[in-house]
Amino acid sequence: MVKVLLWGTLRSAADGQAEVEVEAGTFKELLDELASRYPGLEPQIRRGVSLALDGKIYREAWFTEIGPDSEVVLMPYMTGG
Amino acid sequence: MALDAYQKREFKQVGTRPNRPDGVDKVTGRAMYGADATAPGMLHAKILRSPHAHARIVSIDTSAAEALAGVKAIVTAADFGVPEDDFLRDVQDHCMARGKVLYDGHAVAAVAATTIAAAKAALKLIKVEYETLPHVTDVDAAMKPGAPVVQAGRAYENVPAGMSENVTHHCEFGHGDLDAGFAKADRVVERHFKTAATHQGYIEPNACLASVTSDGKAELWVCTQGQYFYRTLCAALLGMEASQLRVTASEIGGGFGGKTMIYMEPVALALSKKAGRPVKLVLTRDEVFRATGPTVSSSMDVKIGMTKDGRITAAQARLCYSGGAFPNTTVDMGAQAAFAAYDLDAVQTLGWNVMTNRPKESAYRAPGAPLSIYAVESVVDELCQHFGLDPLAVRLLNAADKGTKSSYGPTFDQIGLKATLEAAQAHPHYTAPLGPNQGRGLSCGFWFNFGGNTCVSLNVNTDGTVGVTEGNPDIGGSRASISLMAAEELGIPYEKIRTIVADTSSLGYNDVTDGSRVTFAVGLATIKAARDAIRKMCSRAAKIWGIDEEAVEWVDGAAVPAGPNAGKFPPMTLAEIAAVSAETGGPIAGHYEVNADGAGVSFGVHLCDIEVDPETGATKVLRYTVFQDAGKAVHPSYVEGQMQGGAVQGIGWALNEEYIYGTDGRLQNAGFLDYRIPVASDLPMIDTVILEIPNPGHPYGVRGVGETGIVPPLAAIANAVSRAVGVRMTELPMSPPKLLKALEAKG
Repeated sequence: MVKVLLWGTLRSAADGQAEVEVEAGTFKELLDELASRYPGLEPQIRRGVSLALDGKIYREAWFTEIGPDSEVVLMPYMTGG
Repeated sequence: MALDAYQKREFKQVGTRPNRPDGVDKVTGRAMYGADATAPGMLHAKILRSPHAHARIVSIDTSAAEALAGVKAIVTAADFGVPEDDFLRDVQDHCMARGKVLYDGHAVAAVAATTIAAAKAALKLIKVEYETLPHVTDVDAAMKPGAPVVQAGRAYENVPAGMSENVTHHCEFGHGDLDAGFAKADRVVERHFKTAATHQGYIEPNACLASVTSDGKAELWVCTQGQYFYRTLCAALLGMEASQLRVTASEIGGGFGGKTMIYMEPVALALSKKAGRPVKLVLTRDEVFRATGPTVSSSMDVKIGMTKDGRITAAQARLCYSGGAFPNTTVDMGAQAAFAAYDLDAVQTLGWNVMTNRPKESAYRAPGAPLSIYAVESVVDELCQHFGLDPLAVRLLNAADKGTKSSYGPTFDQIGLKATLEAAQAHPHYTAPLGPNQGRGLSCGFWFNFGGNTCVSLNVNTDGTVGVTEGNPDIGGSRASISLMAAEELGIPYEKIRTIVADTSSLGYNDVTDGSRVTFAVGLATIKAARDAIRKMCSRAAKIWGIDEEAVEWVDGAAVPAGPNAGKFPPMTLAEIAAVSAETGGPIAGHYEVNADGAGVSFGVHLCDIEVDPETGATKVLRYTVFQDAGKAVHPSYVEGQMQGGAVQGIGWALNEEYIYGTDGRLQNAGFLDYRIPVASDLPMIDTVILEIPNPGHPYGVRGVGETGIVPPLAAIANAVSRAVGVRMTELPMSPPKLLKALEAKG
């Protein structure tokens, strides 16, 4: 199981939890599982999210492997200028 | 260790300052910018724009204009479809109003004619009947109940019920117990801040040349930060296949994020398709201000608690950003960045995006971050003043470091904030004496940086030179930096390498030049492409010598036997291997494609001295020093240029630049005479101190440097001015009238 930290506005879509546990070995599995278990997260996931894995931010990286003790943080999709 | 991870090495060429390869063209006027493109039979286009801030388009009659001699095509929204995708529909509606105009300057029709004069004359003959609607241009006013609704039904699911329909997005970040944190403070300060929208202020106006042929193929030559993204958007809006639209990026006279989005390019393509001839479209400066860019405007509240010895106990920010007449999420970035420099037990940032009758916001260096950090750093400075504490020491005491749980969620790995603060503390600028009416200010800054989709091809020519093909417009000297990294890896002189920027048909997809990504991501791909070519050259040498490939290694630009057991052969240089490439298997090239991650966050600290004239309210910047972590400065001159450019743009934002709207909702200062950007004579030399704390995610330790530099100046200048005049300034820009008013109120 992987613990995923959600930012504040997503918590209402995840039964008020700041952190949820999902069964996932990669980012793709994690996003699919989150959208499936918490349909309220699906609009934001569709608009775009980034994921921080042990402090390193990924914008798109479906097959990035997640270790069971990794820190995983869901973040809005990064944009820049 | 993975080859794309940082490996310590002694650099031979990276870190030097050779001449930029595009320098001669640029100083002799040969460089081809957006408006320099021409084509046989070319028409000229002009756009008719709304004189109203908000109005329903009742009808558009183009018949008289069409009858004018020289007019070859006219388009309106009726010539485009209606994209199902919200984002694409907004992009298109921004390029050409559909149903109603949403801001002063919104495009309603466009004409292509044989001359510019004919196109202008035709615009006057187009009859548009408007039904004007109430408008709102202020972010606070737009949030109030009963405010004019810019667009109905656009709120995301995250917006709490009961808010104005203009509020389209809400976000929240943070951790810890705020109430408990504030209770521990010896003083809590809460302040309200407002900042005006500014423009990226690029000197080259947006320009393009579009050519659509009768068989459905099209070419677009355009001034852009991202030819591939422009292709994606334009092809989608015109119903074309990507392969049929080739987009070539011109040289670029500034972008700063503003040229990451299309504004009129689909209009030029549609006109060309209708007229059957190439169409050139160059915006005037007035149009650039009224219909491209600008940044978000903001209304912000920040509350921070601090103990008397300078420890921050809790921090909260409420940010309301307006990105004009369309939904956007820039406030996400501002909210995440606001407290990133601090190690906090209790922190919360709330953000809202609000629609107003202004042009659609575009990115501007570190979008969203300068505003929120301005507000936060101002309150930190006020608390330092109250307790009589050294503002640098307080920032060091509270600074985020490796292992800190950031205010936006992740735990920081290696970061350079403390080292940057210590460099500022040790610099003679920090203790230099100040005179009357002078003040010193400082601020931390932060930006995320990212990598993104990147392709590079590296071709070894038979004469021993090398061509590098990359897909990102060079907006800050990247061709020099890419050439330097290729030269370093290959072990050949910088002068032997020529780097070019490919069109969309010549190389795979590359993300836009944004996010401070190019030196990091294209550099990484170039190093990997060079390593690919090196493997092939070692293979050729092995064949020539009759030994195993594994028994050959690359040293100082040549293949050599790897140890005494491999045999005794003299080194074969790149030029010697290239010269016989036809005989040994054909052309030699290296390639690499990646969606790069691991860019590594960036911190900077700015220190400035200013003097305020109490009679006029004018502020003069006396001294300015930028401290920033570059990971590894590939070409230090261009790193310094990014740091200086960011500082100067931030100084303009702090002191003078603003979109000024009248009560009629029309922009009143759409030109450089009335929209005052700093020029060289306004400024001192911007001093720079580059720190090099290697980024573990890049082979040479490189971090992006393009955006962080614009983040601290707003607060650094505001803190200096506030200390100089003895009044906390909470509104940007701090233009002379506002400063005089503050001085008069102080008495």
